[in-house]
Amino acid sequence: MNKSVFFGALTVAGLMAGAAAATTLEDVKARGKLNCGVTTGVPGFAEPDANGVWQGFDVAVCRAVAAAVLSDSTAVEFVPTTGKTRFTALASGEIDMLARNTTWTFSRDVDLKFEFTGVNYYDGQGFMVPKALGVTSAKDLDGATVCIQTGTTTELNLADFFRANGISYEPVPIETGAEAVQQYIAGACDVYTTDASALAAQRANFEVPGDHALLPEIISKEPLGPLVRHGDNEWGDIVRWTLNALITAEELGVTSVNIEELSAGTNNPEINRLLGAEGELGSMLGLEPEWAKRAVAAGGNYGEVFERNIGEATPIGLARGLNAQWTDGGLIYSPPFR
Amino acid sequence: MATLADPIKESFRPSMLLNDTRYRSLTFQFIALVAIIATMAFIGGNLVRNLAEAGLNISYDFLGAQAGYDINQRPIPYESTDTHGRAAIVGLLNTLIVAILGCITATVIGVVAGVLRLSPNWLVRKIMAIYVEMFRNVPVLIWILIIFSIMISATPAPRDFRGEDPTASMMLFDSVAVTNRGVFMPKPLLGDGSMLVIGIFIASIIGIFFFRRYARKQLFDHGRLIPTLWPSVGLFFIPAILAQIVLGGPITLEYPELKGFNFQGGTTIRGSLIALWFALAIYTGAFIAENVRAGILAISKGQTEAAAALGLRPGRIMNLVVLPQALRVIIPPLISQYLNITKNSSLAIAVGYMDLTGTLGGITLLQTGRAIEAVLLLMLFYLTISLLISFFMNIYNNAMKLKER
Repeated sequence: MNKSVFFGALTVAGLMAGAAAATTLEDVKARGKLNCGVTTGVPGFAEPDANGVWQGFDVAVCRAVAAAVLSDSTAVEFVPTTGKTRFTALASGEIDMLARNTTWTFSRDVDLKFEFTGVNYYDGQGFMVPKALGVTSAKDLDGATVCIQTGTTTELNLADFFRANGISYEPVPIETGAEAVQQYIAGACDVYTTDASALAAQRANFEVPGDHALLPEIISKEPLGPLVRHGDNEWGDIVRWTLNALITAEELGVTSVNIEELSAGTNNPEINRLLGAEGELGSMLGLEPEWAKRAVAAGGNYGEVFERNIGEATPIGLARGLNAQWTDGGLIYSPPFR
Repeated sequence: MATLADPIKESFRPSMLLNDTRYRSLTFQFIALVAIIATMAFIGGNLVRNLAEAGLNISYDFLGAQAGYDINQRPIPYESTDTHGRAAIVGLLNTLIVAILGCITATVIGVVAGVLRLSPNWLVRKIMAIYVEMFRNVPVLIWILIIFSIMISATPAPRDFRGEDPTASMMLFDSVAVTNRGVFMPKPLLGDGSMLVIGIFIASIIGIFFFRRYARKQLFDHGRLIPTLWPSVGLFFIPAILAQIVLGGPITLEYPELKGFNFQGGTTIRGSLIALWFALAIYTGAFIAENVRAGILAISKGQTEAAAALGLRPGRIMNLVVLPQALRVIIPPLISQYLNITKNSSLAIAVGYMDLTGTLGGITLLQTGRAIEAVLLLMLFYLTISLLISFFMNIYNNAMKLKER
């Protein structure tokens, strides 16, 4: 009896703790750490390195936000989330933001009450087949057995694509990318489908990558980006504009190398506003004037983050493609800092 | 003057609630009950309120929304345009399929292994002991994965059946193809008059039943032993096959054929179902073997000796004397094992078998983000299945248990 009362009280206390009234920014500052939800491990996007330090393209966004808010890019508690736990973790306040290859969709934005703060990677769903099959188009895949990672938007896109083209297929749902690759290699499925970036990343690890081809069809739009909860717009603004700062820094040629030199003041007023030498942008966000400078200094600008984690020099080997700056014909575009 | 034999009827006083042992326990139970209810209500209310604040209102509207995903094994017609609710039902049926197949197979394996563990033959006894210890002491998820990996790497892919000089070929007169995606088998197609054949087949099964009853009556009443095995086998096959021939073969077989990427036509037992079914069956079979062994050992040796003294052979002693009594000990733990199979079948997603956890608790949960609702519903489904299994097994148990008259 005494025990059950004690545990009951514990449970109640636990449930009440979630309902603290402070804003997310105050919470993060009081805690001294940013809780950032990431994947449980996708090479190039978010994965702990040999020393147990999280590295990757999505991780860099978390670090930039931590640098902007707490002036310490290492003050991040990375919370690995699965496809199943990510939204609950964010909605319950267990994490302050989610940077986890999450596709921005209407229902996630509106029905699940999240706020996507931008797009850090424009992806699309592709197909990989063994070259020996002689398939050149996804429309030739009638009757094929398709390995899919379950619980992602790819599953829905796949059903839509085959239905729209009036061809049949046999889905083989698989929980993780690693298992899907194993089954694909063993020939248990003819085709493996997921985001084209992930296909490229996983093909790089095959014994003979040249034996496998990516089909030309990209059957979906997968804008991946960081997201926060509805209801705290100030916090959403901080995450949104931190990402925009990284993008703008690349556009303006501000890199981790020349940032100290440029922050002393330049002839370009937009660089000055970005780095806090002019204007009051930082205080409007409730942060210090050099918030964006710290965010960029943490891991470099958007282009540097891309090249270091998933660019063509890395084993992942992704070209910029759609993710080039708008000035280079891509879709990466930040609203102006003014 | 009042007599002592007529005790004074004590009136109830509130203090007796604490001081009188007759009422004290009731008082404390009542207080505890109120406290528990209050705590639960408080926790529940808190949960609902905080969920609402977090924007997570409990709503089951998503069950009526379009699912949008496909399921490979469909016991009932299902398209990606159907609702999440229907997808959940498909998953539920898939769970039931693997649970029922698993329970039957595990029981057969378990009874055989349990009896053989007590065999006088040293080798057989030790082999069964190794089987039981190996399968009982490794987690079932590992067995599922091992069996599945062996299946997909040891069996040929459909493309190996292709070409002038294929590396793999079909078995049983080119009718069955074992591939790493599953086993493709012929499917019976019902033509005109096939109902008659099926009717004759059912009639012959009923015939077998009555024949065996007649044989048993002859044995009990007149002591005549009529052989039942071969006549039963004959009754099972001959009338239906004769009808099939006489009617000109109304039931035809559709053979699987290699078309495009895959075998088409016929029926398929997917690799995921085979791996899950087999793993659950041999894993739980090991536990059932121990239950059966315990049940047999619980029967006094005198029973065996008495039966032997009457001249019964060892096989008959086991079937007619020991096992019927042992069942009383075996059935209650057997119910738990059946429940375990049902619950362990939720590991199906490890091999991509779309059971209830894979559809409702997997894709639907992920696509709609309704985690709490989906998990609650999942609990309800599993609870219902488990209680139903318990209910029916308890009926069987009551029928088998020792009737004291």
